[in-house]
Amino acid sequence: MANEVLTGAQAIVRSLELLGVTDIFGLPGGAILPTYDPLMDSTKIRHILVRHEQGAGHAAEGYASASGKLGVCIATSGPGATNLVTAIADAHMDSVPLLAITGQVNSTSIGTDAFQEADIVGITMPITKHSFLVTKAEDIPGVLASAVLIATTGRPGPVLVDIAKDAQNGKAEFVWPPRVDLPGYKPVTKPHGKQIQAAAQLIKEAKRPVLYVGGGIVRSRANLELLELAKIIGAPVVTTLMARGAFPDSDPQNLGMPGMHGTVPAVTALQRSDLLITLGARFDDRVTGQVKTFAVGAKVIHVDIDPAEIGKIRFADVPIVGDLKEVLTELNAELANDLKGTKPDIAEWWGFLNDLRTRYPLGYTEPEDGKLSPQFVISRIGELSGPEAIFAAGVGQHQMWSAQFIKYERPNSWLNSGGAGTMGYSVPAAMGAKVAQPERLVWAIDGDGCFQMTNQELATCTINNIPIKVAIINNSSLGMVRQWQTLFYNSRYSNTDLNTGTDTMMVPDFVKLAEAYGCLGIRVEKEEEVDAAIKLAMETNDRPVVIDFIVGRDAMVWPMVPAGLSNDAVQFARDERPVWEDGEEE
Amino acid sequence: MSQHVLSLLVEDRPGLLTRVAGLFARRGFNIESLAVGTTEVEGLSRITVVVSVDGLPLEQVTKQLNKLINVIKVVELEPETTVERDHMLIKVKTDAATRSQVLEAVTLFRARVIDVASDALIIEVTGETAKCQAFIKVLEPFGIKELVQSGVLAIGRGSKSITEKVLKQ
Ligand SMILES: Cc1cc2nc3c(=O)[nH]c(=O)nc-3n(C[C@H](O)[C@H](O)[C@H](O)COP(=O)(O)OP(=O)(O)OC[C@H]3O[C@@H](n4cnc5c(N)ncnc54)[C@H](O)[C@@H]3O)c2cc1C
Ligand SMILES: Cc1ncc(C[n+]2csc(CCOP(=O)(O)OP(=O)(O)O)c2C)c(N)n1
Repeated sequence: MANEVLTGAQAIVRSLELLGVTDIFGLPGGAILPTYDPLMDSTKIRHILVRHEQGAGHAAEGYASASGKLGVCIATSGPGATNLVTAIADAHMDSVPLLAITGQVNSTSIGTDAFQEADIVGITMPITKHSFLVTKAEDIPGVLASAVLIATTGRPGPVLVDIAKDAQNGKAEFVWPPRVDLPGYKPVTKPHGKQIQAAAQLIKEAKRPVLYVGGGIVRSRANLELLELAKIIGAPVVTTLMARGAFPDSDPQNLGMPGMHGTVPAVTALQRSDLLITLGARFDDRVTGQVKTFAVGAKVIHVDIDPAEIGKIRFADVPIVGDLKEVLTELNAELANDLKGTKPDIAEWWGFLNDLRTRYPLGYTEPEDGKLSPQFVISRIGELSGPEAIFAAGVGQHQMWSAQFIKYERPNSWLNSGGAGTMGYSVPAAMGAKVAQPERLVWAIDGDGCFQMTNQELATCTINNIPIKVAIINNSSLGMVRQWQTLFYNSRYSNTDLNTGTDTMMVPDFVKLAEAYGCLGIRVEKEEEVDAAIKLAMETNDRPVVIDFIVGRDAMVWPMVPAGLSNDAVQFARDERPVWEDGEEE
Repeated sequence: MSQHVLSLLVEDRPGLLTRVAGLFARRGFNIESLAVGTTEVEGLSRITVVVSVDGLPLEQVTKQLNKLINVIKVVELEPETTVERDHMLIKVKTDAATRSQVLEAVTLFRARVIDVASDALIIEVTGETAKCQAFIKVLEPFGIKELVQSGVLAIGRGSKSITEKVLKQ
């Protein structure tokens, strides 16, 4: 039978359908118009019209991070494409499987500074896993299939497909499945047997092991294998900002988050360890602090699917390249066989860590200005919503408190921008998450600064019946920056006042803004109103909800390791460093 | 500062050179020389890069290059088992008095004259970098008006072939 002849535009829609794409976030314009026409007729793909392409990008990220599936966004050439750049960069840093499709001017006009021409392949080269420029209709199925394969396998990441308008308008036989020819792309998923044995050996010998768990566990869906490993060896677990939820917070072996704003037990466990069992974590500077003084006494087992991560920052005594699910399955079998139900004796290590846990639990003090305490508000959102909910944070203090004070029990329940720290991530990411998982309660926990960067997507949410809940932790300032000004710039507050508070100009009034967008807007100023507002938000599902929590502006994120310093300098509260009982303070 | 010669087998795709060069710039690796050309296999090109790494392990460079989707294979060529050649075209000022001295140097270095004008010669020389540099030193006193050179070209000694090996896989 002869193959059907389709326009390039029809081939785009058909290929995406056949690749299993069901939801796309985007906004049309000239160079992508041919594709928007057949998209209108697709019964398999829901297109959600955003208000800004950055929102489409973050929505696709939130969709992907909540579900583990590919996220897809689409935009026109030139400014449409450049508006996607921030989200693409964000996905690159956090290993999010993202497909970004952009229209391009006619192939015959490329290079002439044609109307709305931008070299988006060139612009995004450093921030994509790969990119394609398509100038012929017949190349479309093969390129899209390759793009999806690259985005979703190995170390996931963003792939950009830029499609010239004449390729969309051209005609070609539609051949499926297309030939995917990527001779230079062969991700290694299966670990080396010898390395598994070497890792098991180090684990059995370690006196102070720590499972240093990163976002790779979430991307690999290896949380159950991780749990099994943790139970076999009984070692403490720390979960990076990207790995919150990869290991249950309720598990007594979980010491919390390490790093700049990590718990004292987690930071110290890494610092004093003799073996870091590093699983899909990349020794980020927010975690290591000053690298040369980081965990100096530790040997390192480093598992990552990306060989370039191993040895990049820290030498690995046992490097293991592979997919964590496969690696841990093999490692668990090896250890179970070796240990035969016994556990390495690390009682002394636990004694030390448990003591730290009792002495330095996470906590906070009530704001002196009588306003709400942001940590209290965030704790209550977590407690009332429960572990099945999804929480998408913005960037700043509220993000850190959300990582610290919400208890995560499952992977993909915590979404945030870790590597890039992109303000504006939260509202569109929550929207995307709600589209991917409509049955779940989805919170955007946002700052008053971040919220003002992308809140226009509330219109998208209202119109498309995507009832997310937004909690604005309103401290009327760029809080995280203000905290640094307090600590390191003599409390000189240069350009960090936002005037969104009750005792300021209050521009904008977030409740009125919410109402203008067709959302339920609620303002909360007193502790006794907090629970009722959260419950009302949870019960309201006919429209999005925005709660404006007016919180104290002087609250700070603690603990803290000041940037560039050694983790040994972790401060439990301002000017308060842990006291080591053994008098070992370095 | 140590120098290494990397041989990259790559798919011949638009923008490939930008991807490779961009990666070097972005990751702070210095390119000393670069030579690009097609190979005996259609659709495949070879890039020979001389890279100097300072403090950074070469391993990071090769791993990052390997992550580029269109890069099929990266091989570090060790000096002992590699043939390396530079190729230069040099325009030297000459007159009746100096021409014979220049021609003597040409013979000595087994270079070739490829164009003659009344006041200049164009000389072609190939060889290892050290030899070419020495030749330039000799010519300098006469006045070098123009010099162009390829990047280093390098190939492993013996019968083994990177392309054959890769295509077999
Ligand atoms: C304001 C702010 C403060 C921050 N403070 C902290 C802090 O205190 N503590 C903290 O931890 N972070 C903090 N961060 C986040 C930090 O910047 C990094 O984003 C984070 O630490 C990186 O997490 P990760 O090491 O888990 O790596 P990720 O970025 O999650 O990387 C995942 C790794 O897993 C690998 N991988 C992916 N899939 C697989 C697979 N299938 N199999 C094997 N490996 C795989 C990838 O190749 C990659 O190397 C902060 C960020 C911001 C914005
Ligand atoms: C797009 C972008 N611009 C600037 C920054 C720097 N920055 C990091 S946190 C922060 C303050 C965020 O303020 P807000 O949203 O109110 O959150 P808070 O820290 O007050 O909780 C800023 C400006 C950033 N991360 N992203």
